[in-house]
Amino acid sequence: MVPSSAQVLRSLTVPLSSTQRSPVPAGLVQVDLLGLHRDMTLLRAFDEQAVAYQGQGRLGTYAIHWGHEAMQAGALRALAVGDWVFPSYRESAIGLLRGMPIETVLAWWRGEPAGCWNPYAQGVANICVPIGTHVPHAVGFAWGARKKGEDTCALVFFGDGATSEGAFHEGLTFAGVVRAPVVLLCNNNGWAISTPVSAQSGARHLADKAAGYGIPAVTVDGGDVLAVYEATREALERARAGDGPTFIEAITYRMASHATADEPSLYWDAERVSDERQRECLTRYEQLLRELGVLADGEAEQRREESRAAVRAAMAVVESRPPTPVSVMFDTAYAVPPSGVLRDRDDVEREDHDR
Amino acid sequence: MKTLVEAVNDALHVELERDPSVFVLGEDVGVLGGVFRATAGLTERFGSERCFDTPLAEAGIVGTAVGLALAGWRPVCEMQFDAFSYPALDQVITHVGRYRARSGGAVQMSLVLRMPYGGGVRAPELHQDSPEAFYVHAPGVKVVVPSTPADAKGLLSAAIRDPDPVVVLEPKRLYRSVRGEVPEGEWLVPLGQARVAAPGEDVTLIAYGAMVGVALDTRAALAEEGASAEVIDLRTLKPLDEDTVLASVRKTGRAVIVQEAPRTCGFGSEVAALLAEKAIFDLRGPVLRVTGYDVPYPSFSIEDTYLPSVRRVREAVRRVVEFE
Repeated sequence: MVPSSAQVLRSLTVPLSSTQRSPVPAGLVQVDLLGLHRDMTLLRAFDEQAVAYQGQGRLGTYAIHWGHEAMQAGALRALAVGDWVFPSYRESAIGLLRGMPIETVLAWWRGEPAGCWNPYAQGVANICVPIGTHVPHAVGFAWGARKKGEDTCALVFFGDGATSEGAFHEGLTFAGVVRAPVVLLCNNNGWAISTPVSAQSGARHLADKAAGYGIPAVTVDGGDVLAVYEATREALERARAGDGPTFIEAITYRMASHATADEPSLYWDAERVSDERQRECLTRYEQLLRELGVLADGEAEQRREESRAAVRAAMAVVESRPPTPVSVMFDTAYAVPPSGVLRDRDDVEREDHDR
Repeated sequence: MKTLVEAVNDALHVELERDPSVFVLGEDVGVLGGVFRATAGLTERFGSERCFDTPLAEAGIVGTAVGLALAGWRPVCEMQFDAFSYPALDQVITHVGRYRARSGGAVQMSLVLRMPYGGGVRAPELHQDSPEAFYVHAPGVKVVVPSTPADAKGLLSAAIRDPDPVVVLEPKRLYRSVRGEVPEGEWLVPLGQARVAAPGEDVTLIAYGAMVGVALDTRAALAEEGASAEVIDLRTLKPLDEDTVLASVRKTGRAVIVQEAPRTCGFGSEVAALLAEKAIFDLRGPVLRVTGYDVPYPSFSIEDTYLPSVRRVREAVRRVVEFE
């Protein structure tokens, strides 16, 4: 069952050192609140522009993250500079919040080699397409950092459907055994393409799955950016203190199609989607900021326009720059290429030149 | 006239109607009808007891199908995309292909694993793989690859009725780009029979799946130069129809194999080995392969460079012809 977001605030399924819930978590000052807003706005602008570009044939199939900005921005903001993020395709643009050029993410969705980014540059692993297969990567990365004596943590995003995959379970098994400093953030948006979470698992809550691996879990309202921030911050605190992994189930509702190639009208409840859209995370956050008196009139719209302009400018760059030479596919496949690969590379370069 | 994916859908309707033990399962195959609509209408017509939306777990789908087969069902599993089938390779290799032998021949593992496969559709990473070599290499498993709507229906129906496990690779590039006549009702194309897609005298182009179209286009281009190419559509990779391949090469004396998958240990290597073993004295030049490269499938903006093209196949034909 997907609890409606109104029902879920925070509930600890395994006791943690609990703090009182308050509208503004301790440690977040005014600039952070606006920073979170800026992050969410940028993600929103990227998503809306990307969907439009896809419709115009300027991007390939695109996985929409509309309505997931709170959980992405909230969790990311809790990380220390050296911590890594392991995104699924739903978090394709999360690197933007760490200074990754917008051009890079647009290039990825345009199927351009320039979209194959260097994960060391921003501490953002490459987008994982096969569901849940990156969960063990985050565990191994966090474990590896700790083995080297570093206090680096990892944050991995995956969906409700991913919790059915073997790789997820094997990743959690390892995380529990090696006490990896990893935050396992499950984006439970209620749907795996057309499959509702009720058909995905017999578990009452996906967070319950963590208990079997000895991993504490917390459930948060994934549409509440501050709740996600606070849950992630606590999880990271535990991780850095040597207390191992935490599973966060961030509950929201998928308010857009799975991807631009999807036909949600065949399976979803349009009325529910329409209701959920009324409670979407960015509008909710802006209401809170106004109540707190930190968001001036007109500021939100101005910021949205700035973000949209930034995405448009990036798209203009992407569309005007010369394409990467096709030989990149050979140059990046091996550190020391087999001779056959080198011969193919030469053939392709010659043909490319002749053309 | 039907598209290739409509022909797949037709076969599933016919076989579910004919045999109450046929059971379709996979991710999003039910209400949505599959991401390519290959299973559209099955749940409405036959109910979720016959066409079931599974959890998101490929090894679970195929592993469960092994158990379903043991219980007397004929599971038809859909893998959502080629590269998403890899978690299930474990089950295919360790159980699907071995159960019969393990049980002294007592167990009939009548199980079908079908999936959209191959590139050329401008898709994101891991939506364009050609994994046929992994499957043909698994003993106990058969593999078919249709290139026409009629074959898509006939091969899938034959696969569902086959007593052995069959992997059906459906070229997604052809799902909606080709149309053809498809016989109504029950329609079988026997496993293990290749087809002469177009006759010729000077060179044999051996292909399967989406590469049959590239071979036919090459044949047309060669015709303009006065060369005559015969195109063989293998249709079944295992069991391979050696007779049809050998008869063609005996006639033309030249062979170019076209495959979309990476070259090394691809299926083309098997065909080349067959020709080395059984046609060496018929050959008038080297057996050449035109393939994808030995690199991960590239970003889609440059996939046309990776995929075998008419130009590349023509170049290979020129090299074979000029060999003498």
